Amino acid sequence: MEDIIISTLQRAMVAGTPLLLATTGEVICERSGILNLGVEGVMSMGAVVAFIVTMTTGQPWLGVLAALASGMMFSIIHAFASVTLQANQVVSGLAMTMLGLGLSGMLGKPYVGKPLLIKMEDWVIPYLSDIPYLGKILFSQGPFFYIAIFLALAAWFLLERTRLGIQIRSTGENPKATETQGVNVFKLKYLSVIIGGGFSALAGAHLSISYSKSWIEGMTAGRGWIAIALTIFALWNPARAIWAAFLFGGIFVVQYLLQPLGISPNFLAMLPYIATLLILLLISLKDPKKLNAPAMLGEPYKRSER
Amino acid sequence: MKAISKSFHGIHANQDINLFVESGEILGLLGENGAGKTTLMNILYGLYQPDSGQIKINDKTIRINNPIESINHGIGMVHQHFMLVQNHSVIENIALGYKDTPFFFPKIKIKDKVEQFSRQFDFHIDITKKIWQLSAGEQQRVEIIKALLNGADLLILDEPTSVLTPLEIKELIYILREMKAKGHMIIFISHKLDEIMDICDRVLVLQKGRIVGAADTKDTDKKSLARMMVGRDVVFNINREKLTKGKKTLSVENINVIGDKGLLAVKNISFELFKNEIFGIAGVSGNGQRELAEAITGIRPILSGKVKMNGQDITNKGPRHIYDNGVSHVPEERIRFGIAPGLFLYDNAILKQHHLKKFSQRYFLKYDQVKNHTKTIVKEFKVSTHSINNQIRNLSGGNIQKLILGREISEQPQLLVASHPTYGLDVGATEFLRKHLLEIRKQGSAVLLFSEDLEEIFELCDRIAVIFNGEIMAVLDSDDKRFSDIGLMMAGSIRIDPMEKQEC
Repeated sequence: MEDIIISTLQRAMVAGTPLLLATTGEVICERSGILNLGVEGVMSMGAVVAFIVTMTTGQPWLGVLAALASGMMFSIIHAFASVTLQANQVVSGLAMTMLGLGLSGMLGKPYVGKPLLIKMEDWVIPYLSDIPYLGKILFSQGPFFYIAIFLALAAWFLLERTRLGIQIRSTGENPKATETQGVNVFKLKYLSVIIGGGFSALAGAHLSISYSKSWIEGMTAGRGWIAIALTIFALWNPARAIWAAFLFGGIFVVQYLLQPLGISPNFLAMLPYIATLLILLLISLKDPKKLNAPAMLGEPYKRSER
Repeated sequence: MKAISKSFHGIHANQDINLFVESGEILGLLGENGAGKTTLMNILYGLYQPDSGQIKINDKTIRINNPIESINHGIGMVHQHFMLVQNHSVIENIALGYKDTPFFFPKIKIKDKVEQFSRQFDFHIDITKKIWQLSAGEQQRVEIIKALLNGADLLILDEPTSVLTPLEIKELIYILREMKAKGHMIIFISHKLDEIMDICDRVLVLQKGRIVGAADTKDTDKKSLARMMVGRDVVFNINREKLTKGKKTLSVENINVIGDKGLLAVKNISFELFKNEIFGIAGVSGNGQRELAEAITGIRPILSGKVKMNGQDITNKGPRHIYDNGVSHVPEERIRFGIAPGLFLYDNAILKQHHLKKFSQRYFLKYDQVKNHTKTIVKEFKVSTHSINNQIRNLSGGNIQKLILGREISEQPQLLVASHPTYGLDVGATEFLRKHLLEIRKQGSAVLLFSEDLEEIFELCDRIAVIFNGEIMAVLDSDDKRFSDIGLMMAGSIRIDPMEKQEC
């Protein structure tokens, strides 16, 4: 029994990792006032690029870097549409999702079903991994797990404890006031969208080269959408995103645990999505003032001449 | 500043303005709304570029391309609408604007400096509080700290008292005197005479983008400033033919209305309106006009009091009900509230009348009738458009306003509430609309006209009420001699009791 719990929690951490990466990225992006519904597409692009590069070069880290670059570049489309053209961010984001899913499916066609033989070694932290229970769950995981947590904490630090963070948050709250203080609002929005895209692509890279070590079309399976919901659940705070993401990682894993009890696997597969709906429902009951949503989220900013 | 000019779309906002400030001086900038005060200051702050003219600091000519350069030249500005992030704390807002904010741990590192400043001027502000938790006066002090921290020698305050309570105004005046004593220059923009007289050393009067007067406050009085601000002694109109008052149409009895900020915007206002009469409400905008118009037309709830139309109570009834009782409305901000910009002309022409039998039958509109009706309006009101199958957003402001007026008066309303109907229109359209207002007056309607344009008020109205701070300062016939002091009434310095009227 003990073993089952430990291995379940361990796998929950693994399943939560891509959610954490994508949620952190979306938090940064939304804090600057830009809603990016393209997470699913960017994640898929990251997954396929990481897989192809790793497969052909044999270098998983090169694959990660390539995924990061592709995600950032791909996100420029959304930044251009929503910042420069001041287009509807919902439409642009949905287009990003469709484009990303389609493009990655096409690029990945020759790689479908091929197993990846290169393995990323787990980072076993000396001493800490010897702690009973916790050591196995938290300190002998794959590299992405540590990277995700580090990046989430770094994002929290950036947003809450640096000048740039104040500028990004102010942009999402009141771009006009921010601009009169001599801050380049447009540059900051671009920056935030691009960083957010990089995070989503990292999440995809984790899925293809570390989590399932293979590529099939649609392997992101709605995780991008869950990340968008988690952004709200985390109240736009990267530190809070950490436990939110791993909680959902647990829900992903718990289905394997419950299957032997005779519950329909189809129903169990629905669990994460049902949980997402429930969370959004609960959050919407909260006082919007306390929700902490960026005031100008999704509103295109136009400089007013007169 | 020397010979500054700036125009927007061919309208001169500033023309040939010369201005100087010396250290340790408070300069007042007085003028009605739209006189160009804010534009001038935005030029100085680098938000707009002047079309011509120069700005000099200590005899050196400089160019100010953006707010950062302005800040670096020692200019700080407190905007009328505060440039603060409501959901952020005081210290975060200050860190955003402060030019020496360090990259890491900005909040902790600049805390001492902010506290030192705030003690120096007796500001008492809890810097960890969020902006939305602060009163308007405290928010303003945050703005002042922001400017001072960046080393502002010259502080521009745009209508600083408009959002403050009387007590907060006193505190602000104290702070300004303190700053003056420390050698700062201050430009104080206002349309309130009392404050200008109280605070400033010198005053410049702006009217329609030009400087029309300058004086030391110790050598002048409110009366002559008011005259300079309004621009002339009141001219009476000749074109308006005398009509005898008809029977009572609208009566407003002691109504109180809450404004957007949650404060009382209309305070215990009463008046009556008769057939064949245009009743004007004059005043600087933001003194409760919008709330009053919305209350009468049913868009905004009335807290207490009664509105009656032909003796029938229409208080807090729905807009449709009130419209069906003969009240039409030409709203202010015509693009936002008067039309649906993306719809065609003929849709807009029946926005309020679509439910009438002649335009609809059960679930369907009778488009033939609708289009004919639109064509009639377009023809009668000289709306220039190539087709009625055109999105209304493609029309100019004047043509949109003509269509709105046509729509509102096509059903011969008994009362037309018109808010700033000619605001921002060119001379031709203005003239046309005014003529039509006189026309429907002749046909037996009553018109309630809200306007900031005194010329318009005196040209059109039979009786005029002056509104200030949600209260009516006077209700007089438009040819009453006492209107030579209308500037003072609009600034809240004089109030004429309705009782006095009988004595004169």
